[in-house]
Amino acid sequence: MAETVNITVNGTQYSKEVEGRTLLVHFLRDTLGLTGTHVGCDTSSCGACTVHIDGKAVKSCSMLAAQADGKSITTIEGMANGDELHPLQESFREKHGLQCGFCTPGMIMTAADLLNHNPNPSETEIREALEGNICRCTGYHNIVEAIKDAAEKMAVTA
Amino acid sequence: MLPNTVDYYRASSVSDALSVLKANPDAKILAGGHSLIPAMKLRLNSPSMVIDIANLSDLNYIKEEGGNICIGAMTTHGQIAHSSLLAEKLPLFTETADVIGDVQVRNMGTIGGSIAHADPSADWPAALLAADASIVVTNGDDTRSISAVDFFVGFFSTALEEGEIITEIQVPVPAAGTKMTYQKFMQPASRFAIVGCAAMAKVENGVVADVKVAFTGVSDGPFRDGNVEAAISGKTATAENIASAAAQAASDVSLNADHYADEDYRQHLARVYAKRALTAVCR
Amino acid sequence: MSNKYIGQSVKRVEDKRFITGQGRYTDDIVLPRMVHAYILRSPYAHARIKSIDTSEALAMKGVVTIYTGKDFENINGVPCGWQVNFKDGTTMREPKHPLLVLDKVKHAGDGVAMVVAETKEIAADAAEAINVKYEVLKAVTNPKEALAPGAPLVHDEYPDNVAFDWQIGNDKAEVDAAMASAHHITKLDFTNNRVVPNAMEPRSYIGDYDTAYDRYTLYTSTQNPHLIRLLMCAFVLGIPEHKVRVVGPDVGGGFGSKIYHYTEEALVTWAAKQLRRPIKWTSDRSEAFLTDAHGRDHVSTAEMGFDKDGHIVGLRIKTYANLGAYLSTFASAVPTYLHGTLLQGVYTTPKIHLDMTCVFTHTTAVDAYRGAGRPEATYLLERLMDVSAHEMGIDPAELRFKNFIPPFDGVNQPGYQTQVALQYDSGNYKAVLERGLEMLGYADFKEKQAEARKNGKLLGVGFSTYIEACGIAPSAVVGALGARAGLFESAQVRVQPTGKVSVYTGSHSHGQGHETSFAQVVADKLGIPLADVEIIHGDSDSVAFGMGTYGSRSLAVGGSAIVKSIEKVLEKGAKIAAHKLECSADDLDFADGKWTVKGTDKSIGFGDVALTAYVPHVYPANLEPGLDFSSFYDPANFTYPFGCHIAVVEVDAETGKVTIKRFVAVDDVGNVINPMIVEGQIHGGLAQGIGQALLEGVIYDENGQLTTGTFMDYAMPRADDLPMFETDRKTTPCPHNPLGVKGAGEAGAIGSTPAVVNAVMNATWHLGVSDLEMPLTPQRVWRAMNHK
Repeated sequence: MAETVNITVNGTQYSKEVEGRTLLVHFLRDTLGLTGTHVGCDTSSCGACTVHIDGKAVKSCSMLAAQADGKSITTIEGMANGDELHPLQESFREKHGLQCGFCTPGMIMTAADLLNHNPNPSETEIREALEGNICRCTGYHNIVEAIKDAAEKMAVTA
Repeated sequence: MLPNTVDYYRASSVSDALSVLKANPDAKILAGGHSLIPAMKLRLNSPSMVIDIANLSDLNYIKEEGGNICIGAMTTHGQIAHSSLLAEKLPLFTETADVIGDVQVRNMGTIGGSIAHADPSADWPAALLAADASIVVTNGDDTRSISAVDFFVGFFSTALEEGEIITEIQVPVPAAGTKMTYQKFMQPASRFAIVGCAAMAKVENGVVADVKVAFTGVSDGPFRDGNVEAAISGKTATAENIASAAAQAASDVSLNADHYADEDYRQHLARVYAKRALTAVCR
Repeated sequence: MSNKYIGQSVKRVEDKRFITGQGRYTDDIVLPRMVHAYILRSPYAHARIKSIDTSEALAMKGVVTIYTGKDFENINGVPCGWQVNFKDGTTMREPKHPLLVLDKVKHAGDGVAMVVAETKEIAADAAEAINVKYEVLKAVTNPKEALAPGAPLVHDEYPDNVAFDWQIGNDKAEVDAAMASAHHITKLDFTNNRVVPNAMEPRSYIGDYDTAYDRYTLYTSTQNPHLIRLLMCAFVLGIPEHKVRVVGPDVGGGFGSKIYHYTEEALVTWAAKQLRRPIKWTSDRSEAFLTDAHGRDHVSTAEMGFDKDGHIVGLRIKTYANLGAYLSTFASAVPTYLHGTLLQGVYTTPKIHLDMTCVFTHTTAVDAYRGAGRPEATYLLERLMDVSAHEMGIDPAELRFKNFIPPFDGVNQPGYQTQVALQYDSGNYKAVLERGLEMLGYADFKEKQAEARKNGKLLGVGFSTYIEACGIAPSAVVGALGARAGLFESAQVRVQPTGKVSVYTGSHSHGQGHETSFAQVVADKLGIPLADVEIIHGDSDSVAFGMGTYGSRSLAVGGSAIVKSIEKVLEKGAKIAAHKLECSADDLDFADGKWTVKGTDKSIGFGDVALTAYVPHVYPANLEPGLDFSSFYDPANFTYPFGCHIAVVEVDAETGKVTIKRFVAVDDVGNVINPMIVEGQIHGGLAQGIGQALLEGVIYDENGQLTTGTFMDYAMPRADDLPMFETDRKTTPCPHNPLGVKGAGEAGAIGSTPAVVNAVMNATWHLGVSDLEMPLTPQRVWRAMNHK
C-alpha cells in the first residue's frame, strides 16, 4: 500500500508516494537521488546511513520513510552552506579523517550531533559518541583528531 | 535484506492505535522501531501492518507525580539519558539509558518499545527490576499496572496480552540517600549486555539496607537476584561482605551461552559485576 | 627537480567529493531501464540440489526472469589466477567455481539462483518463493579435520580434500639437523584466525550491454578493473576483451577482498546481454559475510631452535591452510609465495623449512586480506621470538638485537639473500627497534609494570619486528612461480596543449589517495602546480592497461610507471625546447617547470613547450607532434618495508578483558611522498591487525553455518576500542625503483597482531599463561589465567 509522505530534506519540501516498507535510506537514495547517505550493513550497526532528523542523528536504515512524514531531515549533502564547508567537513579533510570515504558522511553526521550538545568533547567522549559508526580504513585516530579540530574551529566562530 | 511488504498506519491516539490493532491481529506496534525494523529487514518478523505510535506525543514525558517518577512509553533513551529530573532522582535510569546501543539508537529507540520487545540482553529490564518499576498497560477498555517482576516472563516474552500497549513506566522515587548503578559488560559486536547488573541500596550506619540487585543478559530473561540481596542485606558494607554476597550471583538460574560467553564464564561475570555494582552502591 | 610537493602532507584532492556526499560508488549509479538482481543462496554448507521450482516466483508481478545452475552448465566458472604445483610437480587441483551451482552446494552462501526483477524488493520477495529441495550432507570446516579419513568431501573428484601440498626453504634434512643441534627449542601450536575483510562498501556490480556496438560495460567495486576484464573475458564468458569496458568508480575500501573476480560480476555482465537491460546487484552485509573472500585461517606447528647464546639456528614449520570451498583468484599464492617466502623475517636464521598443505573445506573461499600471507608469517616468527625470549630468560628486545640481519642499503652493500628465495632490497632493522624502545621508554615501562603488578594490575608489553614484501612484483619471477598474469603497471602521461597534465594509471584508489600522492610526484617532476595535474584511474576505456592495487604496490610499481612516462615527456620536451632556444638538448637544464640554457638566463617554460608540441609551427624536423607517453614498469624486485610495533596492554584480572593502553609503531616504508597519507595507511592497518588479535574471528558451527555472519556477531574495532597511535618513521630508500618507495598499505596489519598477543602474554606470564588463541576474547584470556 502506498503512503504519501511530506518530508523536508536539506530545506526542500518533498511530497512523495512510498511503499509502507520503504526504508528512509532508500527513499533518500533512490527517490531523491541523495546518494551521499550509504548502506554498509543490514543490522543497524555501521552508521554509514546516519542522517539528522529534526537535528538529531539517526540511522536511516532503521526507520521507514513513512515514519519521517512531517519531519525535517539533513543529509551530508545539506551540511555545507553553498561552497562554504561545514567545519566538520573541513576538519575531516585537513586531518585526513577519511580514506575510502564510504563511512564519512555517517561519521560527519554523528559528529555534528555530538558537537551540537557537547561543543568541547574529550577524546574519550568523541570515541564513545562514535560507537555506532564503523570505519574500516582510518583506525579512527584521524577521525578523532578531525572532530577535536572542528570543535575548536566552531568555538572560535561561535 | 529488505522488509517484506507491510501496510503502514499512523495512529492518532492510543485508542486509535488499539482499535486498529484489534482489527489487525497480525499488526505490530511501531514505537521507535529500533527493535522491530531490524527484525523486519532480516525478515525474522514480517507483520502485515505496522501501527506507528510516534505521533502520540502524550506518551512522551518524564515527570514526578504522587511519589513516582512517571516515564511515558514513547520517551526515547536519549531523552532519559539527558533528563535532569532523572539525574537527580533516579540516576540509575540516566546511567542505563546512556549505555543503550549508540547515539543514533538512543535518539530513536524508546523505553516502551524496548521493554515490549524484551530482548534478554537489553539493558532496561535490569534497571526496571532493580528500581521496582511498574509498567502501565492498556487495551483501551482496561488499564492495569504490572510490576516489572511480573512483566518480564522470559525469552523475548512479557505479560503484555494481545491488544495491549504500554503507556507508562512508573518508578517509586527512591528514598533519600539511596545509591544506584548500572554496570554492563558489553558484547563487543552488538554492544548488548553479556552481563548487565543494576543495583540500588541504602547504607545507614555502615549497614546495607533496601538492596536490590537485578541482572540482564545472564539468563533467558532478566531477574532479581534474591540470593545476592539476602546475603548483603543487613550486613556491614565491607569489601569482604560484598565479595561473598556477589559470589552468590546467578546461582540458580539457567545461564545463557554463546561464543562470547559460555555458561561458566557468564556466571563468573555476573559475580564480578555484582561485586562492582554493590561496591558502587554500598561504599 | 624541486620537491615542492613530494614529502609534504598535501591535503587530499579527492576528499571534496567524499565529505560533501558526492562520491560515486557503484550502488550510487542508476542507468535507464535498469533491473535488479537478487541471488538466492544455499542455507546449507554441503548439500545436493534435488530440484529447483521457480514457477511461483516467476509468476510474481515485476519478476523479469530467474537463472539457475542449468543456465551455466556450459559456461566456465571463475578462475584461479595462480598455479601452484604439488611437491611432486603435479598441478594443483582446480575445481570449477560455477556462476550458479548446478548440483552440489559447497559452502553456506553458494549461489543457487539469480532472480531479476524491476526492483530489488521484488527480487528478494521472489527469491523467497523459489522452492529448492536439498539433500543435506555433512560438512567439514576445519582444515585438519578435512584431511582425516572419512571426512566429508568438498569436491567428490578429490578424495582427500587436498588442493595441493608445497614446501619452501632449505633441504628438510639440513633443517632437522640444525634443530637437532639446538641448545633450546621453542615449539608452539598456532591458529591464525579466519577473518572477514568487511570493507564498508558492500560489493556492487552493474552489467550493461549496448546492442548497437555489441559492447558490454561492467561497473564494479573492484581494486583492479583491467584484471577483472581479463579474467571475465578470457576465462569465464569467452567474450572479446575489446568489447568490454570495466569501470571501478569510487570504491569503499578493499583490503584485498575486492581484488578477486567474483561470480556476480560475470552474472550481471552475461545477463545484461540476455535481457538487453542494465542489471544491478548489490550485496547485503549478511551476504558479504558469506561470499566475500575471507582472510588468514592457518593451523600451524612451529619450532624455533637457538644456540646457547640465543642465536637462531633453525626454523621448522608445518602448516595447514584452509582455502575454503573454491580457489579464489589469488588463493593459492597467499599461503605459499606470499607467506613461505617471508619466514626469514628480519633474522639471520640459517636453516628454514616450511611444509604446507592447502585444504578444501565447506567454507567461504579464503584469499588475500591486508597483508596476505605476510601477517601469518610474521605472527609465527614474532610470537616465537617473544615466547623463546621468555623461555630462555632473555629480554625480547635483546633477543631480537642478537638475531637481526645487519643494516644494508642495497647500493653499497648487496641485498640480503634469504633462505626462502627472496632477496631483500635494503634494511636497517635494529634502527626501528631502537627508535621504538625510545618512544616506549622501555626502562621506565619496566618499573611501571612492576609497580602495577604490585597493585594487582596486569600490565604487559609486546614486540613485533616485521618485514614484508610489497610492490608485487617482477613479472618474470612471479611467472616462474605460477602467476598467470604479469605484475607490471602502466601509466600514460598526457600533456595537454595548455600544459595541464592528465595521468592515466592502472593503479586503482579505493581509499589510498592516489589522486593526491601521484599528482604530487607528477607536479614536482614537471615543476607545475598540483592543480594542473589530474590522475585518472579505474576505467578500462580511458586507461590503457593496469594490474590494479593490492600488495602495497601502487606507488612502487604504478608510481614508477608514471615516472618513466614523465622521463619520456621531459626528453621529448627538451628536444622541442632546444629547437626553440636554438641550442642542443644537452645544453639544457630542466628545473622549476622550465628548460634553461646552461649558464644563461635563456629559458622556455613547460607550458610553452606543451603548446609547441601541439602547434608545431616552429618545430624540430623528424619529431612527431604531441606530448603524450605511455610506459609499462616491471619492477626489478619486490620492495621490503619493515618496522617495529610495540603494544602496551592492561588485562582486567577479573574479566580477562584486554585494553590497549599504548601502541607504538615505527615503520620504514622507504621514501615517503605524502606523510599524512602514509600515516593514515599505518593507522588503518594497525586497527585491522589489533582487530584480528582481540576481536575478529570467524566461527562456523558443526554444520558449517557461519555463526559470526553479521556486525551483531562479528566484532570489529570501534572508536572506543582503540587508543591514539604513536607513530614514527625511519627511511631506508628502496634501491631499485625511481622513487625509492616501498609501500605502506599493509604494514600496520602485519606487525601489530603479534605485538598485541605478545603483550597479553607478557601481562599474564606470571599467572602461568603459556598460550592463547586469537581473537583474545575476555573469555579466552580469563580461562587461560584461571587454567579452566
